[in-house]
Amino acid sequence: MKHTSGRTAPRLPGGTGGRPPGRKARPHARYDGGFGHRAGGLAPYAFVAPAVVLYVLVLLIPVGYTIYLSLEKTKVSGLGLGLGGRKQVFAGLSNYSTALTDSAFLSSLLRVVIYSLILVPVMLGLALLFALLLDARRVRLQRFSRLAIFLPYAVPTVIATLLWGFLYLPTVSPFPSILSAFGLSMPNLFTTHVALLSVANIGVWGGTGFNMIVMYTALRAVPSELYEAARIDGASQTEIALRIKIPMIAPALVLTGVFSLIATLQVFNEPQTLSPLTNTISPDWMPLMRVYNLAFNDNNSYEAAALSVIIAAVMFVGSYFLLRVSNKRVFQGR
Amino acid sequence: MSHTPTRRRRRAVAIAGASLAALVAAGCSSSGSSSSTPPAAGTASAAAPAASQAASGQQVKLTFWTWVPNMDKVVAVWNKAHPDIQVQVQVQAGGDALLTKLLTAAKAGNPPDLAQVEYQVLPTLVSNNYLADISKYDGNLKSDFPAGNWNQVTLGSNALYAVPQDAAPMALFYRTDLFKKYGLTVPTTWAQFAADAAKLHAEAPGVYLGSFSAVDPGEFAGLTQQAGAQWWSASGSTWTVGINDAASQKVASYWQGLVADGGVDNQPQWTAAWNKGMNDGKYIAWVSDVWAPGDFPTTAPSGTGKWEMTELPQWTAGGNVVGNWGGSSTAVMAASKNQQAAAQFAAWLNTDPTATVALVSDGGIYPADTAAEAALSTAPTYFANQPNFWTLAKQFAAEAANVTWGPDVNVAYTEFQTAFGSAATSKGSFISPLTAVQSAVVNDMKKSGFTVAAG
Repeated sequence: MKHTSGRTAPRLPGGTGGRPPGRKARPHARYDGGFGHRAGGLAPYAFVAPAVVLYVLVLLIPVGYTIYLSLEKTKVSGLGLGLGGRKQVFAGLSNYSTALTDSAFLSSLLRVVIYSLILVPVMLGLALLFALLLDARRVRLQRFSRLAIFLPYAVPTVIATLLWGFLYLPTVSPFPSILSAFGLSMPNLFTTHVALLSVANIGVWGGTGFNMIVMYTALRAVPSELYEAARIDGASQTEIALRIKIPMIAPALVLTGVFSLIATLQVFNEPQTLSPLTNTISPDWMPLMRVYNLAFNDNNSYEAAALSVIIAAVMFVGSYFLLRVSNKRVFQGR
Repeated sequence: MSHTPTRRRRRAVAIAGASLAALVAAGCSSSGSSSSTPPAAGTASAAAPAASQAASGQQVKLTFWTWVPNMDKVVAVWNKAHPDIQVQVQVQAGGDALLTKLLTAAKAGNPPDLAQVEYQVLPTLVSNNYLADISKYDGNLKSDFPAGNWNQVTLGSNALYAVPQDAAPMALFYRTDLFKKYGLTVPTTWAQFAADAAKLHAEAPGVYLGSFSAVDPGEFAGLTQQAGAQWWSASGSTWTVGINDAASQKVASYWQGLVADGGVDNQPQWTAAWNKGMNDGKYIAWVSDVWAPGDFPTTAPSGTGKWEMTELPQWTAGGNVVGNWGGSSTAVMAASKNQQAAAQFAAWLNTDPTATVALVSDGGIYPADTAAEAALSTAPTYFANQPNFWTLAKQFAAEAANVTWGPDVNVAYTEFQTAFGSAATSKGSFISPLTAVQSAVVNDMKKSGFTVAAG
């Protein structure tokens, strides 16, 4: 919109300003002739065209195709082994009803919610703690610590997961021998319930650094006059942190919270990589693993498409409301 | 999702290092034109070097997806002798990964010309119309293969969907030195195997007669075949699914008992932890398959000369039936523009003496071709202590149970991992996961419109 209004301004003198079409107006006239007069409002469209075309090609068409697939299914005749024994037919909403009653999907959904409830608060809590510590006055080894905390984020998730996976498996892990020196034995980290924590731990390890940097950057942007005023009023470091710093960086906290939640609900790499290492993590452990499994192992892209649509819709609606609510409460008055 | 020769080969490929890595790179870089759109002969030769083009006016280029180690060496022999039909190997991670990729590539319309396909997934591919019927080119090979293998590649019809490559009868492997140390007798029946497991657990808790691996549905399927299970059978236009039939339930309860009593571990195979256990004597037996010699050098490098192969324990003393775990064939894809040339190569690869010798020595497989005697004169290096290794393998191959695979083995195998994974962990009932697999398969087939009768 800005472009449009900006461009119509210079057109006014040339076109409707009442000035006779003199020589001086020519440059303007020629400029307008290209885009303005004859082509009407085409120019803005020409400028947004590449973005729109890309958006349609890489987003709308695939989404449309996914929705189309989610309404189809295969239909077999006879033993299904002859030529043309298998056809693609319209399925209506049957894939959706199957998906919504699919116990593997529903239990993975419950699992990912619990996983998020564990991972997001722990990760963001640690990130906030580290950010506040680094921002406190007179911290030693500040640059080194910042880098050290951030570094795990730079390790690809698959590699991080393999590293942790090897640490978790007692026969190849160094922990049992270390623990036995203290008379302790290593707990099984892959029991049905503990496995969720073991996977969440990898997420915390990898994600804390990034969120810490975002929060730390927000902290650095807080004007230091506020701290001076607070100190003059006799506030301690803890009080400054709780009463000034945290409220001041609330937008950053909301942002990291929403992003973390979205990322967590899409967890795939870690459990998929750990899955061959343990019986506990089944191929349907998390919702996206269920989708992957359906599409590629079970060769059922139709139901996988329906599941994907459901997951995308839930994520979209969820993020929308989360952002709306937080907009009202956090960004009020900005 | 079979993890048959699969994972072992995945690791073998990884370890083979520079030469194979270079091969993968070569395969990837030069695959662009030929694999993404299987071209007509004319287009392919346009891209080929001028020299070979001159040698043969119409050069055919074929792509071949396989995970068998050193397949490039075998193929090089063919390429040298057939300048007009050039085959290019594109190394894949393993059987399960290859199937996943093949299903997707075929659906997208750009599969390779040839693929290494495990027997149990042939019906899945056939049911999706992804495989070419090559009976008019290779139908005459029938007499070269055991009836059981031939039946698996024809699916009992007049069509021919692949040429058998390896037979995969199961066998028991055990550590001779440690069996002596713990005073165990080499079991010939499953009752003896269970007695050994109990004795071992009493003497050395933490040492196991192997592990019940929930990631290996193919292994369990093979064990049920031995007990007489028919997971799928077809008559008329009706499929019968018998995954939780009496024979399978017997096998499931048997292993449930072993796991619960602690003589057999409950951890998945093919992990770093399992390798270590195989290498350092935590696992002193392994229910496996005649393709295992390709696996041992990487899994248990320090065990050379200490392991021996024997017949799979029997349900009835004096019996001689074994199951099959994996085994694969060379299939021609329906989307290939050069099916005749591809079928010609598939026939050569699996019946020509030069090729079968190379497959045994470089690829570490037991060829299905009954005439491949010459290939089997020397025992695998790892089993130099057992000179009659291949004679035994041949005996087991003759004892292998007949098997019919259904059109959604992939569904059964994934559900198996989920259901048996939690059962193995909790050391709970093995019957309920078996029922879960049965109903998952029946539901999937009904959903697709198959006529299904529960077995």
